[in-house]
Amino acid sequence: MRHVLSVTVENEPGVLSRVAGLFSGRGFNIESLNVAPTEEPGVSRMTITTHGDDAIVEQIVKQLRKLVTVITVRDYTDVKAVERELVLVKVNAEDSKRAEILRIVDIFRCKVIDVSLDELTVECTGDIGKVEAILDLLTRFGIKEVARTGSIALKRAKQ
Amino acid sequence: MELTGAQILLKCLEKEGVTCMFGFPGGAVIDIYDEIPRSKVEHILVRHEQGAIHAADGYARATGEVGVCLVTSGPGATNTVTGIATAYMDSIPVVILTGQVPTALIGNDAFQEVDIVGITRPCTKHNYLVKDINQLAKTIRQAFYLARTGRPGPVLVDLPKDIMQTKIEFTYPDDEEVKLRSYNPHLQPHVGQVRKVAQLIRKAEKPLIYSGGGVISARAHEEMTWLAHSLRIPVTSTLMGLGAFPGDDELWLGMLGMHGTYAANMAISECDVLLAVGARFDDRVTGKLATFAPHATIVHIDIDPTSIQKNVPVSVPLVADCRSALKALKAELAEATSKTDFVAQRKQWVEQVQNWARTHPLNYKDDGSSIKPQYVVEKLYEITKGDAIICTEVGQNQMWAAQFFKYKRPNTFITSGGLGTMGYGFPAAMGAQKAFPDKLVIDVAGDGSIQMCIQEMTTVVCNKLPVKIVILNNGYLGMVRQWQELFYNKNYCETCMDAQPDFVKLAEAYGAKGFRITEKNDVESTLRTALYETEGPVIVDVRVEREENVYPMVPAGASLTEMLLV
Ligand SMILES: Cc1ncc(C[n+]2csc(CCOP(=O)(O)OP(=O)(O)O)c2C)c(N)n1
Repeated sequence: MRHVLSVTVENEPGVLSRVAGLFSGRGFNIESLNVAPTEEPGVSRMTITTHGDDAIVEQIVKQLRKLVTVITVRDYTDVKAVERELVLVKVNAEDSKRAEILRIVDIFRCKVIDVSLDELTVECTGDIGKVEAILDLLTRFGIKEVARTGSIALKRAKQ
Repeated sequence: MELTGAQILLKCLEKEGVTCMFGFPGGAVIDIYDEIPRSKVEHILVRHEQGAIHAADGYARATGEVGVCLVTSGPGATNTVTGIATAYMDSIPVVILTGQVPTALIGNDAFQEVDIVGITRPCTKHNYLVKDINQLAKTIRQAFYLARTGRPGPVLVDLPKDIMQTKIEFTYPDDEEVKLRSYNPHLQPHVGQVRKVAQLIRKAEKPLIYSGGGVISARAHEEMTWLAHSLRIPVTSTLMGLGAFPGDDELWLGMLGMHGTYAANMAISECDVLLAVGARFDDRVTGKLATFAPHATIVHIDIDPTSIQKNVPVSVPLVADCRSALKALKAELAEATSKTDFVAQRKQWVEQVQNWARTHPLNYKDDGSSIKPQYVVEKLYEITKGDAIICTEVGQNQMWAAQFFKYKRPNTFITSGGLGTMGYGFPAAMGAQKAFPDKLVIDVAGDGSIQMCIQEMTTVVCNKLPVKIVILNNGYLGMVRQWQELFYNKNYCETCMDAQPDFVKLAEAYGAKGFRITEKNDVESTLRTALYETEGPVIVDVRVEREENVYPMVPAGASLTEMLLV
């Protein structure tokens, strides 16, 4: 099962390798990882997506909490959270296909951010479902390169 | 007052109560060594950095305090890695101070530069590189705080040479500054869980305590002993837990696991409530997980949440310092102990486990024609009446020392449990002896392991640390040979070590005394002479039966009840 872990850490040298090392050293796999500063000075947020059964993820969460530079760990799997990922896709776009690609871009409310004679670069933001869907649709045109931020997530406000 | 980094470091060590450290100098730490004569911290010069870290670890295990070692950058630092991992696996509080090249050169592959913080990240509780002199004192305080609190462990502080030379106006950081917002070791037990546990053990028909090293590091042995005695609960323990419960008590079953006693392993398999305290269900303890404690409701008390549910499903977890948890249990159960006649309630169960112990005691065949290693350990116990600190190397010697010596007090059995580091015992004994100059400290050794840190003979001789080394010399890497015998068709590939130094002459070459025992009849008298009538360090080379095996033995991956017996 896929888990999204939101981890706040002290923003100091080595913290990334402590977290990454914990995963690799115990044979856990990281699917995506995003790190950036938060609203609080000195604190960064890591959003880590990983796969594993509940026991493994429970162990990962506990091990993360045990790291001295980790402040909080939340598993957003069973919590209502908003999740987004930003993806840049460079796709083949000869004249004959261009219109169709642009239609897909429109339907998914994406943006074209770079154009050349035979390529388009598309910016897409969405949850994992949307991102996978558009990548799927664009595949048949020939995807040249993809850059993804990995998921970022925040807990939903109480309604 | 303006002080250099080196001066600040030593001031901080003094403030932490450090009276002695083990180390070895080099270019990156000369500034620190330059200050040592002016400080109150005594320095023991070892002959290899592995000796320093193991000695600091042995000192920590014998005293329960933080052990300290100081080494230079590069090779000095890498030489400590095995010892750091040893301390990490057994949760031992040590602070390792390593020199580093000047900050301006870090990352340049400078002479004797190594990224020791990177190298030791997975085998330290935490580690630091000090890049700002203003952070030095705070970092040292945090290092000691982290090492000794929560689940203890090694903490490394990497000290660049220029930081040691820089001068600043020194003020000792106050407690507020040292606090870490991200580190709150969970100490107090959850009241509701305590009640649940109390309920369970009160009602249990066949309860069993399985105690580990956590009981010793939390100094919870008295509370545990109270619980066992007052509620009539038999006790078994891991290798790391030996000494927390008296080895001559009628409720003591001996060690469990791969080389555990019949009684302990049977009790695990039959108990209905298993109270695990400060233990971590290591694979050497549990055997095949699917058949471990099959009838038991498992209660697990541990300070480290990651230990809980890691290997076995636990019914009632209690995350807390073992001592606080057992104290809370005591308070909860005090009334029950006055109302209930636990002696009667547990009579059948206690009789059953005692019967197992009686019918299948630890034993060995002895026709008197050779010296059995177990006999030597038994004699050590008899002669010392248990009043000694026993350190061990790794292998058969370690298991026999665990099985045939009765430990009565915590911190008297010192061994590398988790990592199983050959070469650990002797330098650790040196550290324990430094902590307790007047106690009898014995290293029960194998002829293979002892050669891994033998260079510390010089250290014990010139520092007048009268460690007694008793080598159970079988001319083999015995434990590996035993596996080859039992599971690899006796293919003794590279485990015969009969090419060895003359250990008596070796002792003499180092300026110590050497004894050799080749006859069973001489074991007792020569040991007496070596332990009590000979001043200073001693090596006793006991030529034991070469192909003796450690039993019982649960083959790796088998159930605890599938023991091979003598
Ligand atoms: C540093 C290290 N290398 C290898 C091993 C693997 N090993 C475990 S026990 C053992 C044999 C130890 O032989 P010896 O010290 O003679 O003790 P004995 O088993 O004969 O009592 C070996 C090689 C180890 N535990 N540690």
